Amino acid sequence: MLITDHIVKSYDDELNRLTAMILEMGQLLEAQLEKVLECLTKGDNKIAQEIVDKDIEVDRLENKIDTSAVRLLALRQPVASDLRNVVAALKISAHLERMADYAVNVSKRVIALNQMGPIKYVSSITRLVRLVQEMIRDVLKAYSQLDDKAAHEIWKRDEEVDELYNGFVRELLTYMMEDPRNISPCIHILFIAKNIERMGDHVTNIAEHIHYLVHGTLWSESRK
Amino acid sequence: MLDPKIQVHHLNLFYKAHQVLHNISLDIYRNQVTALIGPSGCGKSSFLRCLNRMNDTIEGVRVEGSILLDGDNIYGKSMDVVQLRARVGMVFQKPNPFPKSIYDNVAYGPRIHGLFQNKSALDGIVEQSLERAGLWKEVKERLHEPGTSLSGGQQQRLCIARAIAVKPEVILMDEPCSALDPIATAKIEELIDELRDRFTIVIVTHHLQQAARVSQYVGFFYAGALVEYGETGDVFTNPRDKKTQGYLTGRM
Repeated sequence: MLITDHIVKSYDDELNRLTAMILEMGQLLEAQLEKVLECLTKGDNKIAQEIVDKDIEVDRLENKIDTSAVRLLALRQPVASDLRNVVAALKISAHLERMADYAVNVSKRVIALNQMGPIKYVSSITRLVRLVQEMIRDVLKAYSQLDDKAAHEIWKRDEEVDELYNGFVRELLTYMMEDPRNISPCIHILFIAKNIERMGDHVTNIAEHIHYLVHGTLWSESRK
Repeated sequence: MLDPKIQVHHLNLFYKAHQVLHNISLDIYRNQVTALIGPSGCGKSSFLRCLNRMNDTIEGVRVEGSILLDGDNIYGKSMDVVQLRARVGMVFQKPNPFPKSIYDNVAYGPRIHGLFQNKSALDGIVEQSLERAGLWKEVKERLHEPGTSLSGGQQQRLCIARAIAVKPEVILMDEPCSALDPIATAKIEELIDELRDRFTIVIVTHHLQQAARVSQYVGFFYAGALVEYGETGDVFTNPRDKKTQGYLTGRM
């Protein structure tokens, strides 16, 4: 979108730092999801607890982004693409933080599930997690490269997430009907799946912010 | 609702052989504040001065195209320049009160144009103009002191009162706040917003945030051309032209 630098170099540095912090937050989230996969498949409480403990780092980064963005707004009064850059950073960081919270929720459910014996029915969930994890990785790449086309493509992938989730819900229903003793663990797994599915929705929102960042128009306008 | 007060068509301005403005066309809307921005020497002040023929006094000046004020070509043969400048007033960069009393500064225009019947009517015009310029309360006890005894911000508001005393339709402002501190600037900006009800305002400013704060429309001039013109909110969030983007964000 922009090739030239600011006349004031420190302004560029501040904007670049903001982008770097978003990407750092994204990497943290990806790592958290990797651990989610691990603790789901291994039923490992220790890893689940690590995810819970690590969340504070995501929160700290979000606060840092907020503070930097507010400072930038106050001191630089950015306009045009610079303004959109700062607004997008504020919004995207909020989505990343929320996704990290979902990872924590999943971990807590894993800990609860472990008390009920070996975790079953997780194979469909791991597919769901993989899918969302890829979407997060790609959307952050699209953000760092201001690649609106890629953002659109990622946005569409959420349909796949929804389909997978809906299929999984049907599957869980049959297990629950089969044997009422399955209900408790299945409810936990259902919530886990729901949390992952919600992450996909946040990815689509990030894709929409990338569109705004690149074009200066709202996503909804472009889809009329 | 958006009704053009001034229509500029294919305006070219030359100082002798040197062309300063290139094919400018735009509508300036009634009761709106239009800000003109751009780097030094881009032609924005020259353009502003075309709107009340302030350039006429410069030797070798030549204007092509037309500027219509409510449909009347201001460069037409039947246009009386003195009348035109009463209809299109101007406020300059440096406050320039006449070396007269506060009262006489404001009364100057109405006296020249014979806009009143008697002393009390003139008193009324002076009070109303100072009131509208947000200065009345500060000066009502000292109307006969020299205009130059006021602070910079007050002097600029005095100049605005002087400009509006002749009941113009359009007020042109050339960097009206560049010599003022932030508080005096805020008062002028608030005043501009209030004056918009009665007048059409065109303001040239180097201060981008001021353009963003006070105007509804903004035109970006570069090298004598109007590069972009649109609603201020749109131009400041999503400029269409790369040059506008570069200028606004400081990437020239």
